[in-house]
Amino acid sequence: MTPELGQLALILALLLALAQGILPLIGAWRGNRALMAVARPAATGQAVFVAFAFGILVWAFLHFDFSVQYVADNSNLELPWYYRIAAVWGAHEGSLLLWILILNVWTVALAAFSQKLPEVFASRVLAVMGLIAVGFLAFIIFTSNPFGRLLPMPGDGADLNPVLQDPGMTFHPPVLYTGYVGFSVAFAFAIAGLLGGELEQAWVRWARPWTNVAWAFLTLGIVAGSWWAYAELGWGGWWFWDPVENASFMPWLVGLGLIHAQAITEKRGSLRAWTILLSIFAFSLSLLGTFLVRSGVLTSVHAFASDPRRGVFILAFLTIVVGGSLLLYALRAPRVAGGKAFQLLSRETVLLIGNLMFAVAAAMVLLGTLFPLVGDALNLGRISVGPPYFGFLFPLLMLPVVLLLPFGPFLRWGKGDSPMLKQVLLRAGIAAVACAIVAAFFVDGKLKAIAGVASLVWLTVGVLLYAIKRWREVPRGRRYPAEMAGMLLAHLGVGVFIAGVLLSESLSVTSDVRMAPGQTQHIGSYDFRFDGAHRTTGPNWKADQGVVTVTRDGKPVAVMHPQKRTYLRGQVQTESAVDAGIFRDLYVALGEPMDAGNIEGAWSLRLYTKPFVRWIWGGGILMMLGGFTCAADKRFRLKRTAAVREDLVLLETRA
Amino acid sequence: MMRLLRIVMLALLACAGMVHAQAIEPMPFANHAQELRFQHLTQQLRCPMCQNETLADSNAPIARDLRNQILKLMQQGRSDDEIRQYLVARYSDYILYDPPLKAGTVLLWFGPLLILLGGGGVVLAALRKRKRDGGETTTVGELADNGEDW
Amino acid sequence: MNRLLPFIGFMLLVALFGFGIWWNTRHDPNAIPTPLLDKPAPAFSLPKLYEPAQTVSKADLLGQPYLLNVFASWCIECGVEHPVLEAAAPTLGVKLVGYNYKDAPADAKGWLAAHGNPYALLIADESGQTALDFGVYGAPESFLIDAKGVVRYKHIGPITPDVLATKLRPAIAAMLKEAP
Repeated sequence: MTPELGQLALILALLLALAQGILPLIGAWRGNRALMAVARPAATGQAVFVAFAFGILVWAFLHFDFSVQYVADNSNLELPWYYRIAAVWGAHEGSLLLWILILNVWTVALAAFSQKLPEVFASRVLAVMGLIAVGFLAFIIFTSNPFGRLLPMPGDGADLNPVLQDPGMTFHPPVLYTGYVGFSVAFAFAIAGLLGGELEQAWVRWARPWTNVAWAFLTLGIVAGSWWAYAELGWGGWWFWDPVENASFMPWLVGLGLIHAQAITEKRGSLRAWTILLSIFAFSLSLLGTFLVRSGVLTSVHAFASDPRRGVFILAFLTIVVGGSLLLYALRAPRVAGGKAFQLLSRETVLLIGNLMFAVAAAMVLLGTLFPLVGDALNLGRISVGPPYFGFLFPLLMLPVVLLLPFGPFLRWGKGDSPMLKQVLLRAGIAAVACAIVAAFFVDGKLKAIAGVASLVWLTVGVLLYAIKRWREVPRGRRYPAEMAGMLLAHLGVGVFIAGVLLSESLSVTSDVRMAPGQTQHIGSYDFRFDGAHRTTGPNWKADQGVVTVTRDGKPVAVMHPQKRTYLRGQVQTESAVDAGIFRDLYVALGEPMDAGNIEGAWSLRLYTKPFVRWIWGGGILMMLGGFTCAADKRFRLKRTAAVREDLVLLETRA
Repeated sequence: MMRLLRIVMLALLACAGMVHAQAIEPMPFANHAQELRFQHLTQQLRCPMCQNETLADSNAPIARDLRNQILKLMQQGRSDDEIRQYLVARYSDYILYDPPLKAGTVLLWFGPLLILLGGGGVVLAALRKRKRDGGETTTVGELADNGEDW
Repeated sequence: MNRLLPFIGFMLLVALFGFGIWWNTRHDPNAIPTPLLDKPAPAFSLPKLYEPAQTVSKADLLGQPYLLNVFASWCIECGVEHPVLEAAAPTLGVKLVGYNYKDAPADAKGWLAAHGNPYALLIADESGQTALDFGVYGAPESFLIDAKGVVRYKHIGPITPDVLATKLRPAIAAMLKEAP
């Protein structure tokens, strides 16, 4: 298997992507069925070649082919096989190959499941996906080739950054990319809609499940990244508002607005222009994220090695794709407010307010992330924007959303329903206040923690009240359509998430201590006893491993084994020991031996108790499950041929 | 240029290598409140060397030096603001993760509010227009009527 | 017009990014601009490296401009910069003062013996405490200080021939023209 074959495969994929991107668009424009029919086979062919190229790279890693520069830079003879596979996407070139592979997976899925869509529309959608692929394949082939050779071939390679040698890190990029790239589908639908002038909301219904699934994957990817950072980096944090974290959070926020806007447009026909605009923004932010990580324009822990040439290429690509689509929007977006009207007190209004807050929040994150760059441009001096900015403004902007959330399901489309609302307000409100008062005693009056409890109760009671209402009013079998069940799950997740954040932030206790074997330290309500350290080894590392026994009121809780690993290439990494629990995490990290030569003596350690920290990711998982559940709703499947035939007739008479 | 790149890479490697060694340093705090104050303060400061890390977490030599200096200043009775001023006088605003509010950062701090007001205005205008036009285009597929919410 | 707003907004963003890429090619993105520019250098009093009983203070150095070069034996890039300094020292136009940063004196002396000593004067800051006042956060760093003790230019990172020609020498020339 020579890497040159991989290169060839990419070139062939590019040619097919060009065919897939250009020919069906011409066909759709001219009504030429033969050209339109090129879309699916071209997409399939492209996918085959990209998969082949990816397979060759994986093969090169598995077989230690150090004649490939990328393999030599990111793996070595001692790296276990599972991390050698992860190393494929461990650096810039390979991660781009992963990106395009995932784009192809989405495209093939789209090609398969769009058989029942009107041909003109489907060919445009696939063509847009093809054009995006053209950009990325060109970028890879011309500036970021993973198959470049390193001759003479070295006997052994460098190491994969130890930080990446962790299951969380293996999982995070593919899942995250699946989400990121998945927004290209909603984007393609929107562009196809603009191109064809199909202003009806039918295409929005087809787009909904794809968007929900992409958003759910993105949620999972962000959760995985956050969990990994917590477990690996040893500082007990789970989110840093780092530019690259923000780069994934912005599409998430916009995607969140999008899935709600799509609901309105699909059901009521209104807000079409806004839904189209959001579809463009969501994917644009995904592309922007790709730019930020690889151009070196911002200081970030995540940044791949930067190269101005690459930066210019992506920027040009970004300009064409996003600039082009926004121009198309300016020209072709619906101008007349269509669909059913709605009153001030209605479900549409609260969803619209939610959308506004998500959009402003995304804009705020963008502003904060880019401000250092603005500072340089306007000569304002070098300014840092970090957690104190984002962590202050984001909760503030989300407060209205949290307050309005329980009312959403109770409000009706078009016009609201007042008596029910008052009941919800009273019940959820009283419950929240009551629990807050009780909580105040347990948390020594810490405001953040009380707010966390109040939010959790407010949101949970709101969800339960609606679930009970449906149980009472609707006969069995029709109570909880998937779309609604998804909504309830996701909204529950929001409450759990907020509780996790506020409670863990205000109730965590951490301390750096010096401990000799046998000494005990009291942190939070736990006793940590250090039982000394000893040497141990792993596949490609040696470590000093400590033993820490944790008890609470004398009862044993856990025995923890923090490690300080030294990898073969000399990199030192702390593997913190985490004892996970539903209601708290215990966390121990080794510092340094007090006496450098004697690892069996005293050490410095960092000890944490973190109550409710798992709820942060638990909430995220619930939101993700909500997204997937919603997408599974029967309504979205195109089995209802009568409805589709009707769509077809109407669209063809307009074309 | 290539040299600069190489040097930057070396520096980054140093910081990357050190990330995992943790900045775990027991310090002689007078009491738990002081420890909390110290943690809170250093978490809001950027390490000038390993610029992706906070002063609290960085293992760079300058971070250690600055942490010791901050503790010294705290023990001398300086307030949080005075300590920040001390650091900014030496390392510029860049060292603060909390951007100070001054002429140059007005756009940063009030921008979101402006965007919110602007967006809110657009939403209100759209709501009013909708009431006026109340337009309905013929639509395809199923619509949720007032009788059926889902 | 409303509909064009997103497009316009986006193009502004593109302009910003284009600027960012360009800016990066000209500046070290990790270099922190010194707040000491055109301000008096901090007062200091440090022992000489070779005669630790004698101290040198800022007042001692007033009246003559000098280039304060922060270096250390553990600093790899200082090794890169050193030959450039050695070659340039005679024609620099200002005194070259070496500031040994967080180094054991024995290590520093050994390093200088191996690499050469272009410094007219050598002071040692073993603890790094005084360096904090200068805003030093790594090595090498160089401060151009004029006769009145005001910091006129700071360079972070090694002084390469390119930096010397395009940045340092012009800065020295400008300073000398004002107040010889």
